[in-house]
Amino acid sequence: MDGAMRTYRNDEKEGAVSDTGYITADGRQIGGTLMELRNITLKFGGVVAIKDISFDIREGEIRAIIGPNGAGKSSMLNIISGFYTPSEGELWYKGAKRPPMKPYEVARMGIARTFQNIALFEGMSVLDNVMTGRLTHMKAGIASQALWWGRARDEEIANRAVVEKVIDFLEIQAIRKTPVGRLPYGLKKRVELARALAAEPSMLLLDEPMAGMNVEEKEDMSRFILDVNDEFGTTIVLIEHDMGVVMDLSDRVVVMDYGKKIGDGPPDEVRNNQDVIDAYLGVAH
Amino acid sequence: MLYRTAGQFKTSYQADQALFPVRQDAVLLAIILAFAWGGLPLLASEFAFQTLLIPILIYSLAALGLNLLTGFAGQLSLGTAAFMGVGAYACYKMVTLMPWMNPVVAILLSGGFSAGVGVAFGIPSLRIKGFYLAIATLAAQFFLVWLFEKWGWLYNYNASGAIQVPNLTMFGIYVSGPQADSRVQYYVVLAVVMLMTWMCINLTRGTLGRTWKATRDMDIAAELIGINLMRSKLTAFAVSSYVVGVAGALFVFMWRGAAEPNLFDIPLSFRILFIAIIGGLGSVMGNYLGAILIVGLPVVLGTVPEALGIPISSATVEHLNVMIVGALIVFFLIIEPHGLARLWALIREKLIIWPFPH
Repeated sequence: MDGAMRTYRNDEKEGAVSDTGYITADGRQIGGTLMELRNITLKFGGVVAIKDISFDIREGEIRAIIGPNGAGKSSMLNIISGFYTPSEGELWYKGAKRPPMKPYEVARMGIARTFQNIALFEGMSVLDNVMTGRLTHMKAGIASQALWWGRARDEEIANRAVVEKVIDFLEIQAIRKTPVGRLPYGLKKRVELARALAAEPSMLLLDEPMAGMNVEEKEDMSRFILDVNDEFGTTIVLIEHDMGVVMDLSDRVVVMDYGKKIGDGPPDEVRNNQDVIDAYLGVAH
Repeated sequence: MLYRTAGQFKTSYQADQALFPVRQDAVLLAIILAFAWGGLPLLASEFAFQTLLIPILIYSLAALGLNLLTGFAGQLSLGTAAFMGVGAYACYKMVTLMPWMNPVVAILLSGGFSAGVGVAFGIPSLRIKGFYLAIATLAAQFFLVWLFEKWGWLYNYNASGAIQVPNLTMFGIYVSGPQADSRVQYYVVLAVVMLMTWMCINLTRGTLGRTWKATRDMDIAAELIGINLMRSKLTAFAVSSYVVGVAGALFVFMWRGAAEPNLFDIPLSFRILFIAIIGGLGSVMGNYLGAILIVGLPVVLGTVPEALGIPISSATVEHLNVMIVGALIVFFLIIEPHGLARLWALIREKLIIWPFPH
């Protein structure tokens, strides 16, 4: 296992971007490091939610974070999206160390996410919800917006075209003018994905995208995730409990338990890792 | 049948994003506007101008300003009247310091002062929400009314402590003060209200409106998709206070003619909040429907029974008015929290598919 790990993490020097990548089981070329988390620790008062975790996320890969309940997966995602600031450790993004940031600044750096519990804007239509995903791309001033003239109008039209592409891609054309509050659960999840995709992120964080879905909905969502990765080359980090889905979708998996990393590698390798098996089946600690 | 949308195809995003994607809406509005510009001024009496037309427009605009903040951005405010006061006093100071100034320009500029004050009192919204924010805006209400009373410079040290609107002309016609004609004032108010409404519609359907609505619906998600909550809330306070300030300047200069500090006290704030709630939070048109109801109801109660020969004292009318408005507010909060605007939206939806059920 040690040897296998080494082939992925071939450059540990400060600030250096390793750019040698690797080739996945299904023959896709994965690029260099997009994000690297170094010795991340997160404490809430006396509670240590994440303990000294390091891993990297490479351009174009689908990276899964798994682990039993309370392992610290969502906290990890919240650190990446800037919602929590780690107590210790460094976060490197696109070859530069990322200082502590507000979540909206992180979003503007090209990191979009979805939420475990749907967090759509219930009072708005599907179209408006997806358009909010483009807000980081819209720069028109307030006067132009008030007059609906010049830059504001041009931006509305140009961004609408981008949003329509995403709507097409996720096959939600028929509901684009429907208020989000009226939609069933599965579609809401899809709209949330659309909102994240509309931002054209370089990195997409999915927090349990398949929670509470039936088999068909899971299949649809899996196909969309693969298509997004394939078509736009978006790097995807996902948390998911359905092991079948995780093992099928992801290129590499980080396994967490009690705030610690207990495994990291391709699905097949992780599946046979004794620590991981113990964590899931339960042994005396 | 009248509202059939079949056959109206959009071939560009621009057409789909037009102000009135449905042709009947545009026609309906054109009829209303033609009536407001051409029909009403010919038909209306002096009494109708002073008790109905002008106040309805001004109250609508004030409610629209409040609605931007409370209905669209989700920040509850109880200080509307005080911000109207800021607009009115700013306008008064401008026209007395610079008598050559065009009164409409002064009215539009006075909103800027109100916006500045609104932003200052909006800063607590970055930390607190809901009822607690409402209490913080009450501080603005009390402080500003106190300031209008104590700061003599604001009312040019008048012995009465009130501001008296001077006679102001625009292109040789009196538009404010005792010599102004109600019809002229009505046209000025109508023009300003139309302009402001059009800009507010544009703001609420564009980027800023989506930012506000996202902040209102789920602030954590809004921040994680890249919305700077501080900017979003403070722009809401600024734009809302601007509109409210312009409404306040119109309120005094085009309607009341004079103002004392206590005119801008809490009852006025609540009156405007009621208009916004009954009309529909998060709607532009609702403010007009709400204002027609709240301003029109006492007039109807005061004149109709008399015209029918039913003996009813003015005190009874007053009581009836309070009871009916109170009952309506309770009714709307329970049955239709989205107000009259929602009722109209439902009727419109039904009309579009009529005579079929789906």
